[in-house]
Amino acid sequence: MFEPFLISFKLASITVIVLFFISLPLAWYLSQTQSRLKPFIEALTALPIVLPPSVLGFYILVSLSQNSPIGAFFKNVFDVSLVFNFTSLVIASCFYSLPFMVQPLQSGFESINKNMLEASYIAGKSKCETLFRVALPNIKPAFITAIIVTFAHTVGEFGVVLMVGGSIPGETKVASVAIYEMVELMNYKGAHIYSAIMLGMSFIVLLSVYVFNAKHNRKFGLKR
Amino acid sequence: MIKICIKKELHGSNAAMSLDVDLTLNAGEFIALTGESGSGKTTLLRILAGLEEANGEIKVNDTSWLNAAKTLPPQKRQIGFVFQDYALFENMSVLQNLLFVSINKNLALRLLEITELTELQNRYPNTLSGGQKQRVSLCRAMMNEPKLLLLDEPLSALDPLMRRKLQDEILTLHREFNTTTIMVSHDPSEIYKLASRVIVLNQGKVTSDGNTKEILLKTQGSQKFSFTGELLELKKVDVIFIAIVAIGQQLVEVVLSEEETSELSIGDKVTISTKAFSPIIS
Repeated sequence: MFEPFLISFKLASITVIVLFFISLPLAWYLSQTQSRLKPFIEALTALPIVLPPSVLGFYILVSLSQNSPIGAFFKNVFDVSLVFNFTSLVIASCFYSLPFMVQPLQSGFESINKNMLEASYIAGKSKCETLFRVALPNIKPAFITAIIVTFAHTVGEFGVVLMVGGSIPGETKVASVAIYEMVELMNYKGAHIYSAIMLGMSFIVLLSVYVFNAKHNRKFGLKR
Repeated sequence: MIKICIKKELHGSNAAMSLDVDLTLNAGEFIALTGESGSGKTTLLRILAGLEEANGEIKVNDTSWLNAAKTLPPQKRQIGFVFQDYALFENMSVLQNLLFVSINKNLALRLLEITELTELQNRYPNTLSGGQKQRVSLCRAMMNEPKLLLLDEPLSALDPLMRRKLQDEILTLHREFNTTTIMVSHDPSEIYKLASRVIVLNQGKVTSDGNTKEILLKTQGSQKFSFTGELLELKKVDVIFIAIVAIGQQLVEVVLSEEETSELSIGDKVTISTKAFSPIIS
């Protein structure tokens, strides 16, 4: 009976991992660049926050379907369909949750003392080595926030999932969609249980982020 | 020997100005770079470090760091840089901060010993005092076995006692390693103690360059004491006038006659000097 939750967690875990590797270079680039393109890239990555999930879902659906060049390519070459399966959910979630990963990382990198990074360059370290050995270890709260909020946000998504994945039991039926269906079928008892679990979990996740950050601030001075 | 000949347009606090510097530094020299704020001192240091771009040429021994064709990145210049705000790697212990630069553990331990940090080697930067942090930063800069050591107002955030202690340590390190050093400083006593050569920068141009004594001792002719200060107050006491002048952190009283006060007004920059007499130093 808890299969939808398992799918939600699996989806969120994979999304977090994929997004982390996409967002890390992107956030690092945005924090360091003075390019005129920066506002455009920032606006693009922030779009999923303001766009209705149905709009986002619609565009993803259109561009991944077998009638589109991308969808056709994957169908012909790899014989995989990119809509109404778990893979499509991961792709959609990555778009949907992108800003929740990029923005905390970017503001974390921007808050680092620039001299610290320059000291690393002077010590002979490349930008890449500086990113992994100096920048990332020094933005732990931002890093944790990005991971947890992205995870929670992916578990909480509904519209995009429904548009792109539908509601195939055991494949794309995640917890939020399951609740929607229970209400449709007037299974209020099930909806209550599922909703309560979602509510409790979301609260615990957010609480742990704030507790961690408060602890970290106390340990390293209140500045960050 | 280090040859520097650079130009750069700056958009500083007082409108645009151009940094235009042509200098030759001898190996092992300790140079103090001084001048009003906004005169381009930090920019010059950052250009030397490769952190900012400029036109011109920088040549260190036989290696070109900067010329029309290429700019050597900071990673390849082998320099040491000490920032005013320490800029230590917060995620690493004192020893790790040093070993990050180079894995030469013997050098690291020796530097920590010279600066009396051996016992603190496993502490993290946020548990150290300002003076301790700056000593770590100094050691970290030396770990690169730098061809050129750049110190950007390294001691200005510290209290006078800690300043003096660190001045001694900088001096010890300089004697030990004989690294060519440029230090930005505003403190004449600090410059006098450490540097053998002073370069004064004003509006991006070198206005004086020479021996520390010649440039810092501002006495002329037979004057023995000469101070510049700001006139804070002029008051009449019976038949004489008393002027209160602020010289550095100190206030002094000077007795004046009425005609001497006629050309003075509050806020003036004044020079107080006196000829031969026997001062008491206690």
